[in-house]
Amino acid sequence: MATLTERRRETDSAATLVFDVPDWPGHLPGQHVDIKLTAEDGYSTERSYSIASPAEGDRIELTIQRVHDGEVSPYLLEGLGVGDPIEIRGPIGGWFVWRDTDPDPVVLVAGGSGVVPLMAMVRARKAAGSRIPFRLIYSVRTPEDMLYANELRARVRDDMGLDIAYAYTREAPPDWPGEVGRLKLATVATHGWPPDLMPACFVCGPTGFVEAVADILVAQGHDPRKVKTERFGPTGT
Amino acid sequence: MGIVSPGFFGRRGSGDTKLPPGQYLTHDFPVLSAGPTPRIDLDSWQFVVTTEIGQRKQWSWQELTSLPSEDITKDIHCVTKWSKLGTHWKGVPVETLLADVETAADYVMAHSYGGYTTNLPLEDLLNGQAWIAYQYDGAPLPPEHGGPARLLVPHLYFWKSAKWVRGLELMLADEPGFWETAGYHDYGDPWREQRYQGD
Ligand SMILES: Cc1cc2nc3c(=O)[nH]c(=O)nc-3n(C[C@H](O)[C@H](O)[C@H](O)COP(=O)(O)OP(=O)(O)OC[C@H]3O[C@@H](n4cnc5c(N)ncnc54)[C@H](O)[C@@H]3O)c2cc1C
Repeated sequence: MATLTERRRETDSAATLVFDVPDWPGHLPGQHVDIKLTAEDGYSTERSYSIASPAEGDRIELTIQRVHDGEVSPYLLEGLGVGDPIEIRGPIGGWFVWRDTDPDPVVLVAGGSGVVPLMAMVRARKAAGSRIPFRLIYSVRTPEDMLYANELRARVRDDMGLDIAYAYTREAPPDWPGEVGRLKLATVATHGWPPDLMPACFVCGPTGFVEAVADILVAQGHDPRKVKTERFGPTGT
Repeated sequence: MGIVSPGFFGRRGSGDTKLPPGQYLTHDFPVLSAGPTPRIDLDSWQFVVTTEIGQRKQWSWQELTSLPSEDITKDIHCVTKWSKLGTHWKGVPVETLLADVETAADYVMAHSYGGYTTNLPLEDLLNGQAWIAYQYDGAPLPPEHGGPARLLVPHLYFWKSAKWVRGLELMLADEPGFWETAGYHDYGDPWREQRYQGD
């Protein structure tokens, strides 16, 4: 059982929820939890949410993006109050994880809220004092949809060996020099790592996004076994 | 009953659809896989059954799709919580492929193009419970859903229905496959909510 201790706004449609989970066993960046909601009459439903924070005592952070008409995400963003209890199960998943002992360079490709588990990796890298070079390619619809915008700006400056490239699919900032649209092979090739470095590739986002990017990475020459994916949602739009 | 979530009502279904615990209904067809979608050429596609003493039996695409097939309508349940009702498939029953195979095995490892594996008890693949499916909704099975062919074992969580299947390995003892090694349940019965090891 966990308790909501804080809710921080990220964008108009997303927030980070901080939970206190007594006896939390710790986790690896990339893992997720299952949240179970139960109504008064016993009806219940569950969803998965990636952990956004690196392991840090009994505290975990989740970043929830509102899905329009969703059953669970609007409740987590507005219904659940600070101090309320909630059923959280985890950590779950032993595949889509980054370990700070892995020697390979890392490329992270995020679509929308798919940045959440990748952010946990970026944060864990810094917390561990790791020097593994990381490149993050982050695709969002519009600048207003970007999660962690200020923190990412600060980390590019302060976290040695972290590069970030942004892509906008609907609307870019006014002075944006690049194209607006879906991620292309050229962007991934320019801002990722060449395949001969054998990087670990992590791709996360809506299903359509993950399908497209994983195909691009394989087309670029990456070994499919080095491309780990996490698909968040049923739709690609 | 779990902890009540204050003010949570939820979106109930019509009430007469029965879903396994913790599942919700979707009308989309979500995709769950650990990596990129492999693209497999039908000319080199093969399906191989290997027994515990290494005997092999294999089928080309042409051979497999010439076998008597069945139309299948089943509910499917993914461990990531969605369920989809009344999905339509076409494929060859696994027992047809095992009919002439001599084995004392109790377990099977399904192997896929791309390197994935999943383990199942042999008896769960027999008696009209499992197919090698190559059509979905009247059309060739798309690659992201496991095409050209996938194992279809709808009574277990859907990761057991190995996508891009290329063979079945008969085993005397149970061994964990890819997802099972990563912490998912060895059997995966959605009605008993066997999602993870220890459930
Ligand atoms: C391993 C894993 C990790 C996840 N991590 C996160 C995370 O860190 N942050 C986060 O916000 N979400 C995450 N998700 C998605 C999350 O589990 C829910 O699917 C999401 O919050 C929607 O649930 P809902 O009940 O609000 O919407 P639902 O009631 O389930 O859906 C309402 C409608 O929206 C559609 N829909 C459902 N999910 C999405 C989606 N992701 N995008 C677009 N449309 C959708 C449905 O098809 C339906 O039509 C993760 C999913 C998985 C599988």
